[in-house]
Amino acid sequence: MYDWPILSVVTFLPVVGALLIVLMIRGDDEVAQRNARWVALWATLVTFLISLLLLFGFDPANTDFQFQENRAWLGDIAAYRMGIDGISMPFVVLTTLLMPMCILASWESIHSRVKEYMICFLVLETLMIGTFSALDLLQFYIFFEGGLIPMFLIIGIWGGKRRIYATFKFFLYTLAGSVLMMLAIMAMYWQAGTTDIRVLLTHAFPPGMQIWLWLAFFASFAVKMPMWPVHTWLPDAHVEAPTAGSVILAGILLKMGGYGFLRFSLPMFPDASLYFAPLVYTLSVVAIIYTSLVALMQEDIKKLIAYSSVAHMGFVTMGIFTMTQEGIQGAVFQMVSHGFVSGALFLCVGVVYDRMHTREIAAYGGLVHRMPVYATFFMVFTMANVGLPGTSGFIGEFLTMLAAFGRNSWVAFFAATGVIFSAAYALWLYRRVIFGPLEKESLKDILDVNRRELASLVPLLFFTILFGVWPGPILEACNVAVQAIVARADLAAGAAKAAALALH
Amino acid sequence: MTFSLAALGPALPEILLAVAALFLVLYGAIVGAKSVDTVNGLALAVLFAALVLVLLGPSEPAVLFGGSFQVDAYGRFLKVLTLLGSGGALAMSVDWLKVEKQSRFEFAVLILLSTLGMMMLISAGDLIALYMGLELMSLSLYVIAANNRDSVRSTEAGLKYFVLGALSSGMLLYGASLIYGFTGSVNFARIAEAAHEPTLGLIFGIVFMFAGLAFKVSAVPFHMWTPDVYEGAPTPVTAFFGAAPKVAAIAVFVRFSMEALPNVTHQWQQIVVFISLASMVLGAFAAIGQKNLKRLMAYSSIGHMGYALVGLAAGTEEGVRGVLVYMTIYMAMTLGTFACILSMRRKDGMVENYEDLAGLARTSPVKAFMLAALMFSLAGIPPLAGFLAKYYVFLAAIQAGLYTLAVVGVLASVVGAFYYLRIVKVMYFDEPATPFEPMPVELKAVLAVSGLFTLLLFVYPAPLLAAAGVAARALF
Repeated sequence: MYDWPILSVVTFLPVVGALLIVLMIRGDDEVAQRNARWVALWATLVTFLISLLLLFGFDPANTDFQFQENRAWLGDIAAYRMGIDGISMPFVVLTTLLMPMCILASWESIHSRVKEYMICFLVLETLMIGTFSALDLLQFYIFFEGGLIPMFLIIGIWGGKRRIYATFKFFLYTLAGSVLMMLAIMAMYWQAGTTDIRVLLTHAFPPGMQIWLWLAFFASFAVKMPMWPVHTWLPDAHVEAPTAGSVILAGILLKMGGYGFLRFSLPMFPDASLYFAPLVYTLSVVAIIYTSLVALMQEDIKKLIAYSSVAHMGFVTMGIFTMTQEGIQGAVFQMVSHGFVSGALFLCVGVVYDRMHTREIAAYGGLVHRMPVYATFFMVFTMANVGLPGTSGFIGEFLTMLAAFGRNSWVAFFAATGVIFSAAYALWLYRRVIFGPLEKESLKDILDVNRRELASLVPLLFFTILFGVWPGPILEACNVAVQAIVARADLAAGAAKAAALALH
Repeated sequence: MTFSLAALGPALPEILLAVAALFLVLYGAIVGAKSVDTVNGLALAVLFAALVLVLLGPSEPAVLFGGSFQVDAYGRFLKVLTLLGSGGALAMSVDWLKVEKQSRFEFAVLILLSTLGMMMLISAGDLIALYMGLELMSLSLYVIAANNRDSVRSTEAGLKYFVLGALSSGMLLYGASLIYGFTGSVNFARIAEAAHEPTLGLIFGIVFMFAGLAFKVSAVPFHMWTPDVYEGAPTPVTAFFGAAPKVAAIAVFVRFSMEALPNVTHQWQQIVVFISLASMVLGAFAAIGQKNLKRLMAYSSIGHMGYALVGLAAGTEEGVRGVLVYMTIYMAMTLGTFACILSMRRKDGMVENYEDLAGLARTSPVKAFMLAALMFSLAGIPPLAGFLAKYYVFLAAIQAGLYTLAVVGVLASVVGAFYYLRIVKVMYFDEPATPFEPMPVELKAVLAVSGLFTLLLFVYPAPLLAAAGVAARALF
């Protein structure tokens, strides 16, 4: 497509920005802070613009990985391989899109150690894009795990009161899940003789081995996703993280789990995926209902949105493991949509937090009288979070439930109750924060959203509505890649059925 | 038998070290206390010259002294490591010892002698050469541990190390004699020929040998001396202990197992699996409660020896390669970390608790960044070098089917990550304490080299991996 390594450029450009900050900007005065912000903003904006070339150069009909790059790297055990298909492309662009907004969201709220903050975010961006575009298993793991370091620092340095607890919990939970995946990667290397994802996608692992490999990968992705009952790090991390950290956590980092299921668990271990699908259904349904109920009782806005994220990820895992075209496409769509919506919701929380320095729901009320524009934005994103038709949140939930209904109507039934609960907690939150009389003294002179905040919220609003009424682009992009996964799964299902019949 | 001087060529680095050590001790004795700077400088130059000789040495394997001394790619790789470790530790200690008024010319001489012992150990081709190398190394180390002879803690460390070390040497010697008795030879290759069937006597011999070797690498359950000696010895000595002697001891452990006992792998594999498991788990849990950084590094090194032994437990060429990669990276990380610990000096003297690092990211950001990179690397977080090290040893373990060992090992590394992270937390999240005195230039150099090595190894790891691969192949 292009005769320069565009994926590597998109991946490593943010690190170049970080290096610029390290080398060019001295001191920690007002000027240095402003320069660091601008360098970071430009680095992320340029990365976003270049990533648009990926978007427009992408051929949705091509069944192979695109923009491939291959270089020698770790001798016999791994190589540097890059490439994207219809499942990873949306996430790469989502990452590059959300990053400038994160930088903007931190423009005024971060005063101390601005340089380090921007460096952390730029490094994190590289690691996230790398995770989605790696075509080598070990390389994927390095990007996937490496992201822990900047996130650990972001929560730990710029977080809230209980930041130390939250960041340790985040780090150790995720690490504990991932090291088992590392062993599985090694076992796959010895079994298949390579860590090239393209080869592994067509390699038939023995069914007995698949079970163990699947469990090891599940340990990592379930924590990352996060699935009930290993989700408890997420509310803590969200509450303590700075606004931009929460946006990235909810918008991108959680998607790595779903992406991992789609890229590895399903196509590489189809027999095991089939075997464990009921387990995933159960965990997903529990997550949807239980965390929705928990969200109802939260007194902290961020925590409420964090629990709602866990519930929404429940739809994603449910959709993925239906192993049908609609289910998986719905899951991809839900993940992208959740990236916009939850990112935007955290940005909205950040807007009022920057003004009031509290996230207590009880501290707000009647904001509509002083902040009508803000109230409008918050309403649209709340509705999208509920899954109102016409917003992007609806498409994903609908498709995943449709697919689940085809597999097991009870799963779909219980998942549907989750939609009702989500309406309950989201609308109740909206009423308590936005409506009612403006009684609190501290809120009397609160200002509406400014231009900098609008610059991040308007695009998100646009995409939320756009993809709500015109879901075609995302569904079309991932169509071919999903077909390949479904074909692998159907093959395994057919074999299982034949084996069952042979027994009778 | 005619004797030709040219035949000694492959042993030239060792000969250089021996002659230079003897010369320097004479020079020091004649000139007296004034000679310290000269002796230190010369000793560094000698280590460097030996390094050059090792690198320039013949590429074909050679055997000297009737099979006692063998020079091969494996030995060359590890000798380079050892010399770098000794040189780095010596360079770091010069300024520190001067400030603490513990400068003695014997210090550098003893480091040279123990390095000579390590190099003989690495090249050992039979049990007698092994024992001689081990004792030369250990005796020098006992003395260095007590270098600060006016301090009770330092002398206690030296004495403790000596008594326990002598015990372990005894066990090793007893094991060696049993192996000799039941195989009829002290030469590794002949032992391998004779030791086809695991006889009871041979197994007893192996157990005693391994106990002695496990003591030298400070693997559980022979680790008890490590925390006390690490804490009691002067810090530069601890840095030295943590680096080169560990490399040499692991080297001979691997060589002995692979060259002398390739036919009874199943017998010794169980032992290595156990000590490796126990070391990893103890290293992870016991370090959590430590406040003193030197003690913490002692437990950390116990854990890391456990990880290195995972590669040996696999008993394959991939395993040996993993061990070599691991020891290279481990040594770089250890030296870098100790460069930081050595620079924790306030106006009123040295501090050693990790809490004293509070807010280092504000007071000296570059040092804090390097130390943080080293800590993440010690914890094994990608993309830092420590991750690659772990990856290679566990890769070999998975190939050999040691699943339990691998699973417990990686979970222990998660537990271990906690205390490394806590150091990062103290440096980055806490409010700054009183800043430290400026870092001497040689510490800066060591920290910069090891920090950049751990940070950037993943960018271009091919040369290290290729060299380790060649070295590992030499044993098979």
